[in-house]
Amino acid sequence: MAVAVRVIPCLDVHAGRVVKGVNFVDLRDAGDPVELGAVYDAEGADELTFLDISASSDGRETTLDVVRRTAETVFIPLTVGGGVGSVADVDVLLRAGADKVAINTGAIRRPEVIGEITRRFGNQVLVLSVDARRAPDQPSGFEVTTHGGRRAAGIDAVAWARRGVEEGVGEILLNSMDADGTTAGFDLEMIAAVRAVVDVPLIASGGAGRVEDFPPAVAAGADAVLAATVFHFGTLRVADVKDAIAAAGHPVRRVAASVADRAGRL
Amino acid sequence: MSDLRGTVVVLDYGSGNLRSAERAVARTGVDVVVTADPEVALAAPGLVVPGVGAYAACMAGLRAVGGPDVIAARQAAGLPTLAICVGHQVLFEAGIEHGVEADGVGVWPGVVERLQSERLPHMGWNTVAPAAGSRLFGGVGDERFYFVHSYGVRALAEKPGRLVTWAEHGGDRFVAAVEEGALWSTQFHPEKSGDAGARLIANWVATLSSPAA
Repeated sequence: MAVAVRVIPCLDVHAGRVVKGVNFVDLRDAGDPVELGAVYDAEGADELTFLDISASSDGRETTLDVVRRTAETVFIPLTVGGGVGSVADVDVLLRAGADKVAINTGAIRRPEVIGEITRRFGNQVLVLSVDARRAPDQPSGFEVTTHGGRRAAGIDAVAWARRGVEEGVGEILLNSMDADGTTAGFDLEMIAAVRAVVDVPLIASGGAGRVEDFPPAVAAGADAVLAATVFHFGTLRVADVKDAIAAAGHPVRRVAASVADRAGRL
Repeated sequence: MSDLRGTVVVLDYGSGNLRSAERAVARTGVDVVVTADPEVALAAPGLVVPGVGAYAACMAGLRAVGGPDVIAARQAAGLPTLAICVGHQVLFEAGIEHGVEADGVGVWPGVVERLQSERLPHMGWNTVAPAAGSRLFGGVGDERFYFVHSYGVRALAEKPGRLVTWAEHGGDRFVAAVEEGALWSTQFHPEKSGDAGARLIANWVATLSSPAA
């Protein structure tokens, strides 16, 4: 047996509300990240990722409250990212109940912060989030972007992922900005290029549209797959994605109804 | 389970996500207190020793609150203790991280060392092979549990009264859980392992006696 391929719904949170659209008919409040997180947990999500896209400090405080309330009700790992740039930022999120923290622009601005964070909390706590797109002028053919993919950071994406691991991150979240939102499938070449240079777990993100899109991402080297829109709109269910990954011969975690029943009766 | 209120203490020694352990134990219906007070930890019907981060740092924090003595005294008295992740690792003789060896509590023989796998940290949901007769894994089938670690114990002799549960990652076999007397420990995180983890925590809580009136 081997460790299961993780299926991770991602919730973009702005001022305490899920954005990017949610279309679940069975929720009282489709914009509540806590309620949505609980639904994904029940459906067998292996982790949850919250990306805080709030610009204001009020928004960030609201997101912290969301993290706290989610950690009270959801007993699977919770990763939180957005605006992380210091040891203090990580400390606040971990205390609120995050298990892992994702860093992006903060690490581009000051790569040394990776070591500062991981020496304090361990490397398993820090995920390097890399927003990358195709760029023929970079050695690997991929470059890092910032500002939601609108600006080039002037860094080779594959070299940056490797640097992040050298600095101490315990995981890479690789998001294809070309594929993001297209539902045309993952950027498999990008996944394989990063996989070739890092030995930490790799989460593939961006482009998922059909269940058939997921197994190739795993075959290309992803240890976990992350998606937002397809889950929020109910286009795909977590279990369907797991069925497809399992059918391709990769191990997945099943939620055992018998255990759920027993736990519910405690 | 109202007779078990005020029952479990989560030891606060500056390590990790105490809130997760607190919430997961509280989910079983018992009252949970988080404290660094060694007297409270010593007297509690149940003690949880969580742990996240570096081995040496966790040991330093544990010593600062008198943790090693509390754990040993509870084991001698037959009072249930559940140690998680680095809390589990520090129960062994020593840990080696980045070439630096640090002494552990030393309840069990063995050294915590870096796993030999091409993919580290070992992060995610993995299966375990529960020890025959395990009470911790009672009622659990082939469910997966959430691991996140790069270090582990590769050798621990099984003997009467000591149950060892094993797991494997990338061809490397390591100790996933130990049950010896009143001291139980897990390398994985039951508090983050969904309903399967809740079952384990409930199994542990079921071993607790009511606090003396």
